[in-house]
Amino acid sequence: MGLELYLDLLSQPCRALYIFARSNNIPFEFKHVELFKDSVLGKRPAAGSGAEQPRAGPSNSEGTAKVSLLKKVPALKDGDFTLAECTAILLYLSRKYNTPDHWYPSDIQKRARVDEYLSWHHANIRANAPKTMWIKVLIPLFTGQPLPSEKLQEVMEGLSTSLKQFEERFLQDKAFIIGSEISLADLVAIVELMQPVGVGCDIFEDRPRLMEWRRRVEDAVGKELFFQAHEMILNIKELSNIQIDPQLKEQLAPVLMKMLK
Amino acid sequence: ELYLDLLSQPCRALYIFARSNNIPFEFKRVQLMKGQHKTEEFRKVNVLMKVPALRDGSFTLAESIAILLYLAQKFKTPDHWYPSDLQKRARVDEYLSWQHANIRAKGSKVFLMKVLLPVLTGQPLSAEKLEFVIEDLNAVLKQFEEKFLQDKPFIAGSEISLADLVALVELMQPVGSGYNLFEERPKLAEWRRRVEEAVGKELFQEAHEGIMNIKNLTADQFAPELLESFKQQLLRQV
Repeated sequence: MGLELYLDLLSQPCRALYIFARSNNIPFEFKHVELFKDSVLGKRPAAGSGAEQPRAGPSNSEGTAKVSLLKKVPALKDGDFTLAECTAILLYLSRKYNTPDHWYPSDIQKRARVDEYLSWHHANIRANAPKTMWIKVLIPLFTGQPLPSEKLQEVMEGLSTSLKQFEERFLQDKAFIIGSEISLADLVAIVELMQPVGVGCDIFEDRPRLMEWRRRVEDAVGKELFFQAHEMILNIKELSNIQIDPQLKEQLAPVLMKMLK
Repeated sequence: ELYLDLLSQPCRALYIFARSNNIPFEFKRVQLMKGQHKTEEFRKVNVLMKVPALRDGSFTLAESIAILLYLAQKFKTPDHWYPSDLQKRARVDEYLSWQHANIRAKGSKVFLMKVLLPVLTGQPLSAEKLEFVIEDLNAVLKQFEEKFLQDKPFIAGSEISLADLVALVELMQPVGSGYNLFEERPKLAEWRRRVEEAVGKELFQEAHEGIMNIKNLTADQFAPELLESFKQQLLRQV
């Protein structure tokens, strides 16, 4: 049994991993996890039985394990070794498969820049970008409630602030975050920013510098691969038409409403 | 130069790591309550206006994780801090990534709700809201014990690593705020003792002196012109 990657391409970190592995010709078995089916209804665990699984979804006092639909992906299984967390997996793969230096430079200062971005990302870009999908698509879909516009505005404002900092501190006038070459930092950033794009909040629209950067990142990984990875999220409106299992709706609705607060 | 306010968890991790490894540095105190992170001077070090920050010659760096890794590499600290073994290292990376939205986020919220908000608003805290926040922290503590620590002495195995240090300083925030989460968690309490011993009990306690006395915080310790904006900023976070 070779390397297995448990992924749902609706998830941003999964896309980063998918693109990275494919772009570097890392051989792996794609284990498709459908977040809204498998993990939510407590079925087949994402990374094999007995494996450690991240479960940091929205919590409620009793059913965290059952209703944890976030963060079960991505997951890696390499023989007996299992690993969660996109950053950890990206680093593991880059080391194990000796990917080109620019992805995670050996130069100590350039590397620090990548680490800096990867750390900052969590509480900033990743704090707000995902919420756009929740608010515009998932909450209306699962709860039948109309989309809460003030909440969306709040989220977009937060995202705007992060984007400003991203441009000012991380990207600046460089081609990529660390300079002239793409690194893990750019990849992790771009997949996150495609989430709002997919649900109709085009954050690149009036940000030409970001748009240029996005084009460079797409070229660096391969346009075709990039679009393939993003096919689902870019067609997310179709998700609105799918039939959601009523049991699923019942389980998720209170959790999602809590997220709104 | 390390720009630090020891009331901040990530600053403590850095301080302890650098001192424990005898890394020579100039301690530049940035008092958050006095708004010293918002000065033009500090902005030159970190345009994001956050602590901790590092300045090494003309090189500046933010984000405690990035700084810890930079120091570990530059000063060639003992391997166990960030093991060269691929899988052990991955375990450390895994924790360092997961903790942002979990231990760090939930632990900070307890501090915010139990200490900062009541002091800044002059209002007693809402018991119901506090209960939610404590529940959230409890949930991630459970994950920490079950997934990251398990039955091992430390997160990566038999030796302390950056992951344990980063974890423990975060947990001291709710402890200093009055929520003694170690009380009914013997396994965690054991782990805490091991971490303290590994870095040096005296150093650990020195770094935590401020936060352990945080209950004495009063509004007049804040820069008066910043009180209102701090309050608004915090209210948005809850």
